[in-house]
Amino acid sequence: MVERGMGLGIDDLESMAKRCRRNIVRMVYGIGAGHPGGSLSAIDMLTGLYGHRLRVDVDDPAWGDRDRFIMSKGHASPGVYSILHERGFLTEEDLWTFRKLGGSCQGHVDMKWCPGVDFSAGSLGMGLSFGIGCALAAKLDGSERSSWVMLGDGELQEGQIWEGVMAAVHHEIDNLTVIVDRNGIQNDDFCESQMRMFDVSEKFASFGWAVMEIDGHNMSQILDAINWADQVTDGPACIVMHTVKGKGVSYMENNPKFHGAAPNEEQFNMAMEELS
Amino acid sequence: MSAPSGGGASRDGYGAALLDMVDDDKVVVLEADLGKSTKSCLFRAEKPSHTVSLGIAEQNMMLVAAGMATSGYVPFASTFAIFSERAFEQVRNGIARPNIVVHICGSHGGIHTGTDGSSAQSIEDLAIYRTLPNMTVLHPCDDVSAKALTLALRHHDQPSYMRTARNKVSRSYSEESAKELTIGKGHVHRTGSDVAIIACGVMLNEALDAADILSKSGINATVVDMHTIKPLDTELVTKLAKECGAIVTAEDHSIIGGLGGAVAECIVSEHPVPLERVGVQDRFGESGDSDELLQLLNMKAKDIVKAANSAIARR
Repeated sequence: MVERGMGLGIDDLESMAKRCRRNIVRMVYGIGAGHPGGSLSAIDMLTGLYGHRLRVDVDDPAWGDRDRFIMSKGHASPGVYSILHERGFLTEEDLWTFRKLGGSCQGHVDMKWCPGVDFSAGSLGMGLSFGIGCALAAKLDGSERSSWVMLGDGELQEGQIWEGVMAAVHHEIDNLTVIVDRNGIQNDDFCESQMRMFDVSEKFASFGWAVMEIDGHNMSQILDAINWADQVTDGPACIVMHTVKGKGVSYMENNPKFHGAAPNEEQFNMAMEELS
Repeated sequence: MSAPSGGGASRDGYGAALLDMVDDDKVVVLEADLGKSTKSCLFRAEKPSHTVSLGIAEQNMMLVAAGMATSGYVPFASTFAIFSERAFEQVRNGIARPNIVVHICGSHGGIHTGTDGSSAQSIEDLAIYRTLPNMTVLHPCDDVSAKALTLALRHHDQPSYMRTARNKVSRSYSEESAKELTIGKGHVHRTGSDVAIIACGVMLNEALDAADILSKSGINATVVDMHTIKPLDTELVTKLAKECGAIVTAEDHSIIGGLGGAVAECIVSEHPVPLERVGVQDRFGESGDSDELLQLLNMKAKDIVKAANSAIARR
């Protein structure tokens, strides 16, 4: 019997998230490219999911009845790789293949390259639809496995997202949870200047989703939200988590420059110090 | 070979094949509102539990299909050929790139679709899907062969795009002869050594009529139903180039990038011979009935005859 999560308490999870943050910055610094900001905003939730909730099998990554985690904002790959390392899918050596030829850690998360990855992402807007497919298949199978999809807030500007938002309610998909990483920044600038989205929770609620808002850096709230989503049984659930892009590294925090840029040596050393 | 009597539209064959798979619990059918048109409605009526309606939202449909495929199901997702193109990047990044086995059916392809006009007449689908690694691209000519090829897709281990057509045409296969169809292998309907006419879809009938006309002036044509555009049967195409020395392609599709393009790419590498491409000459269609449009766009049997004479003259 594969258990949920890793049986860790809040303190352990917070320590794990900090180790992940260090590895995120190391990966991006090591190759001189990648997306640290959205990895750092998402990592506390990723830690909550893998450490507390997801039923996955390190010895059998393709196990058919595993829970699915779909990272739709696939550029936040350092975040995913760092947690897959903590969970045991990747060795530390694997992490240093990030963005390198033949490496399991491709630039954007890819199910064909990396054990433990359920979806080949990279083009925004597609992950929710894929998660709906996984969830529908679980229902057809009569399985209790669940699907969890993480979306970026900028990603919500893609029209396909709203096709999926409508479909998930129409099909009463109750084994599906969406997590919106509301860090307020996208590639070019703040979301507010690129395409205003107003109240994201209200939008999901108006389509018929159950919605909960949390502080995406508060581990206690993260675990509560995950538990809450499991209790929503009449349709899909959405956790809108308010986060800080670049969280944990002072000069990256809320800074659009670090959506997709690597730190220089001085900045790297500063980050390692702040995350020690 | 004599053509069996009667007529059928390839979309009817797709629907009939889905119905044949109704007892297979791994088969799921996805629709984007056009089930009555693509004929997936036949499956829905028998097995609503395994039919997923996604509304008028093709992009979502493609990735829902991919998600189901990675969970052990074999999805058949259909819409009009032209609307599948709206989700081209979803097919590219979400299906072909991770090599997820989803079978896409685009119906109402080509100018043969007729009176709906140019917005509905996809004349580029075969070309664009052919460029994607891992994709198999099919375009059967009638209902009987469409049924056989759809059934063959059930155990095909790569994603596919199949274009079907709206309108009934004379059948070129019987239930018996369709059993010989293999994905990736052209089907030779008539043998002659003067010119090879390689056709697909509704143009196979025009090609067979053209061969009849040519025979009256002593020209013997081979006629092939190239129902699989990708992977192209390069062995057969090369053999025909060597034996006939002149080739004509005939397709209800742009002459750029489809069957004509695929055959050109093959022979220019393997055995260059004169090639004439009959199809839509880099323009959009318009409203009209199928035959009027074939006449307007120079895609009738007489046009294939002209192309054959031209290719032979250049030999």
